[in-house]
Amino acid sequence: MDIVIILSLVTGTFFIFSSSIGILRFPDVYTRLHAITKGSTLGIAGIMIGSFIFLYIEHGIISGKLLLGMVFVLITAPVSGHMISRAAYRSGVKLWDESVKDDYGNALEHAKKLKDH
Amino acid sequence: MNFQIVINIVIAILWMFLSESYTFTTFFVGYMLGIALLFLLQRFIPDAFYLQRVGKILSLIILFIKELLLSNIDIVKLVYKPKLDIEPGIFALPTELKSNWEITLLANLITLTPGTLSIAISEDQSYIYVHAMDIPDVEESINDIKDTFEKAIMEVTR
Repeated sequence: MDIVIILSLVTGTFFIFSSSIGILRFPDVYTRLHAITKGSTLGIAGIMIGSFIFLYIEHGIISGKLLLGMVFVLITAPVSGHMISRAAYRSGVKLWDESVKDDYGNALEHAKKLKDH
Repeated sequence: MNFQIVINIVIAILWMFLSESYTFTTFFVGYMLGIALLFLLQRFIPDAFYLQRVGKILSLIILFIKELLLSNIDIVKLVYKPKLDIEPGIFALPTELKSNWEITLLANLITLTPGTLSIAISEDQSYIYVHAMDIPDVEESINDIKDTFEKAIMEVTR
């Protein structure tokens, strides 16, 4: 059983570690948000599962708080990613130079033109 | 559906009174009996059997977790790639879903799929703007999202 605990803790830390490397390596806000919203969810889930099993085996506690924490991270990570990226776009953060397409910018410009007329 | 759940709970409470023990276990046994009764009598009760819908919700959750695992592995691969050869961009995804609840669910699912991040929703709620890590396979990802997610969400909500 110890092996299972160690494995889930190590995978959890590995995913969080690689998502923070992603924050450093990726070029702009949006690609960095990819790394944060995805990498960290599985990382936190792994750590929570590891500590849940540990508490259950060592102390016989079924900790509902850990499970709840996992569920809420899963629900809130995409929402916060959406809000941060939209706020960034609306406040004028540019896409990376090598980005190939920007439909949202075109749509916003189109709406602005319609308003001016 | 609500009517069937109420009937099920009433059967469970009846079972508790009949067996004169007021514990959670008895309630659970009564609930299981209620499910069996509802299943046998589903022809005489309005609406479809409600556990079918519960099953669809469960399959949506399983889909969610599967996509989450895949996207995590995907992003880790990208992080450790020595050379960053990606072509990011924002594309518009047309959606047929109407209600706020459905669109929220779809946007969250998109964010957790490999390589995509929902950025905004158009004023008339007919487009979701999605930031993708690698634009060249956009056509493919549009079809993927349309096929798997919209269908699963529609099955649950309609």
